[in-house]
Amino acid sequence: MLEIKNLVAGLDGMEILKGISLTVNKGEIHSIMGPNGHGKSTLSKILIGHPDYKVISGSVAYNGRNLLEMPPEERALEGIFLAYQYPVEIPGVNNAEFMRMAYNAKLKREGKELVDALDFEEILNAKMSLLGIESKFRERSVNEGFSGGEKKKNEILQMAILEPRLAVLDEIDSGLDIDALKIVAEGVNKLADGNNALLAITHYPRLLQYIKPRSVHVMIHGKIVRSGGHDLARELEETGYDRYIH
Amino acid sequence: MEKTVSMPRYPLYNTNMKNEEIPHAYKREEYKYGFVTPIESDVLPKGINEDVVRAISAKRNDPDFMLDFRVNAYRQWTKMAEPHWSNLKYGPIDYQAVSYYSAPKPKKKLESLEEVPPEILRTFEKLGISLSEQKRLSNVAVDAVFDSVSVATTHQKKLKEHGIIFCSISEAIKEHPDLVRKYLGSVVPYTDNFFAALNSAVFSDGSFVYIPPDTKCPMELSTYFRINTEETGQFERTLIIADCNSHVSYIEGCTAPQFDTNQLHAAIVELVALDNAEIKYSTVQNWYAGDPETGKGGIFNFVVKRGKCLGRNSKISWTQIETGSAITWKYPGCVLIGDNSSGEFYSVALTNGYQQADTGSKMIHIGKNTKSVIISKGIAADHASNSYRGLVRVAGVAENARNYTQCDSMLVGDKCSAHTFPYIEADNSSAQLEHEASTSKISEEQLLYFQQRGISREEAIRTILNGFCKDVFKQLPLEFAVEAQKLLALKLEKSVG
Repeated sequence: MLEIKNLVAGLDGMEILKGISLTVNKGEIHSIMGPNGHGKSTLSKILIGHPDYKVISGSVAYNGRNLLEMPPEERALEGIFLAYQYPVEIPGVNNAEFMRMAYNAKLKREGKELVDALDFEEILNAKMSLLGIESKFRERSVNEGFSGGEKKKNEILQMAILEPRLAVLDEIDSGLDIDALKIVAEGVNKLADGNNALLAITHYPRLLQYIKPRSVHVMIHGKIVRSGGHDLARELEETGYDRYIH
Repeated sequence: MEKTVSMPRYPLYNTNMKNEEIPHAYKREEYKYGFVTPIESDVLPKGINEDVVRAISAKRNDPDFMLDFRVNAYRQWTKMAEPHWSNLKYGPIDYQAVSYYSAPKPKKKLESLEEVPPEILRTFEKLGISLSEQKRLSNVAVDAVFDSVSVATTHQKKLKEHGIIFCSISEAIKEHPDLVRKYLGSVVPYTDNFFAALNSAVFSDGSFVYIPPDTKCPMELSTYFRINTEETGQFERTLIIADCNSHVSYIEGCTAPQFDTNQLHAAIVELVALDNAEIKYSTVQNWYAGDPETGKGGIFNFVVKRGKCLGRNSKISWTQIETGSAITWKYPGCVLIGDNSSGEFYSVALTNGYQQADTGSKMIHIGKNTKSVIISKGIAADHASNSYRGLVRVAGVAENARNYTQCDSMLVGDKCSAHTFPYIEADNSSAQLEHEASTSKISEEQLLYFQQRGISREEAIRTILNGFCKDVFKQLPLEFAVEAQKLLALKLEKSVG
């Protein structure tokens, strides 16, 4: 599904990713771990097509297409979803209406009939109760005045609505208390149905107690220095990243 | 951001902000109404002097009191200087290079719609304003003003059954001289300011409305203004009187052809609300804004709009969507004289290209327990400059006056600017005045967030702007709100980013 080859990329002429290769297949959960400031979030920005981040060399293929040539909304419509580390606030734009726009954009791409506000409310209510999310999320403006935890829940709610093929979770566990983390992790697990793939970017191994990745990759100084199975996460919890940083 | 202020006599602050983040967020839709209707017109030669004023008066067959009004206003005007305190930059206006009267021929009084020249009917059809018979099915009565003259007023008969007078002001001067004499200039006297004096001297037409006591006007009333001739100024005059316990909602729309020269538009709107009366006045202003690339041409829009809440418990509400004109200088306000009266001002001012707007409101509290609300949303894009200027004045006799002001600015692009000039003058310590303000910009991160959810950049900009303006849109009559949203969207169509 996703094939990253020797990706070198950065921001403002600075090289942050220094040759990343990673293959994610349908139905797989991968985790990228590492300390802050080593390029994990840069990878997520490259995957969604953030205009400030530039690819210097290497390639990214997504379902056989050159991902790097696709504009950001095209990537989204093809099923790539980023759960943001810091979701942006959009004052004045109703959260439910925003999600309906996104949902309708997807339906339109699939050649299906669009939903009106009433029909969408049913879809939204179902997902909200699945994730145990309070109804006030509907009325508020997108992320405006949300606490850190609420913003993360809102990201997962959008993910549940849009049912992406490839979900990238960027530090979804940071700033969450343990109860909120469980809700978010349960939500993620409910969405994993074997047809989609998941890339969880995280600093802390504790998320991986709830989301079980097939592969764990350690990213240091813009490179993947080690890959392994779920055991690697446990090992990192005990030893930390220090021994990888030179 | 909330504060209660008493008695400062200076502008609270002045914000100047730029948005460096979105250099080319979108491009503009071409102006759709820029065509000219070829029609034979009766035009006075360019220039102004007392003889011209007398000639206009003669062409309108004015009664003596109107001739005196005009001549006095003209003499006043010659003693006044063009105001330059606004945040607008434009070259000197040559008042002798403007023609002050243009009327489509025939100039005889039209007895029915059949007598309106077909080119003019077609012009209004093209603008989406149907004056033909089938129009009677819809629930809006229209007074159509072409250059300086009212060419048609629909639904007059049905309105007459309710005792409502809705006609051109020149007809009102002839048919209802007592009402005109009593109220014309009672809200905006010709001594008020330079442009008010000019308008009072040369205005040729406009709309007149009188709602009798205990009457709720059964339909929306509307005037559509069209400037057609190059080098002609448009100076219309609107007077609306709502008698005791009456209610009226009034809509004004404007367009003009595309010329490389600037056309002068200096209008006056006066509203009078007596005891328990309510007037709701909505404007969608889409005059030609000039060439968006060069700033050439466009309407100079200098407008004085004021309402007088004369009666107890009366209410006047202004809602404006200002999207056109090269220059907009306009401060619709309310003078709250009756006890418990209230005034409202809701505004969206969108400027792009090289447009400049200096607009806001004036709320003058005189009666006891008077209330006012000002909600202003300014959007600036491209090279445009957008200023809010507002005055809230509480007179010494005005016990328990309350005002709430909120002025928000939004910037799109890196060459535009937004400015805020609020003035508060409180002479009574029981006043409660609140002022909130914000400046925001559409950020690249916000647009990307939409895009990451599969929503296009254009739709993202549109959605953010509609969200920004919704407090104002919801004040508009329903169909009009849809039109206004479309108009904003059209002006900011098509992302190139």
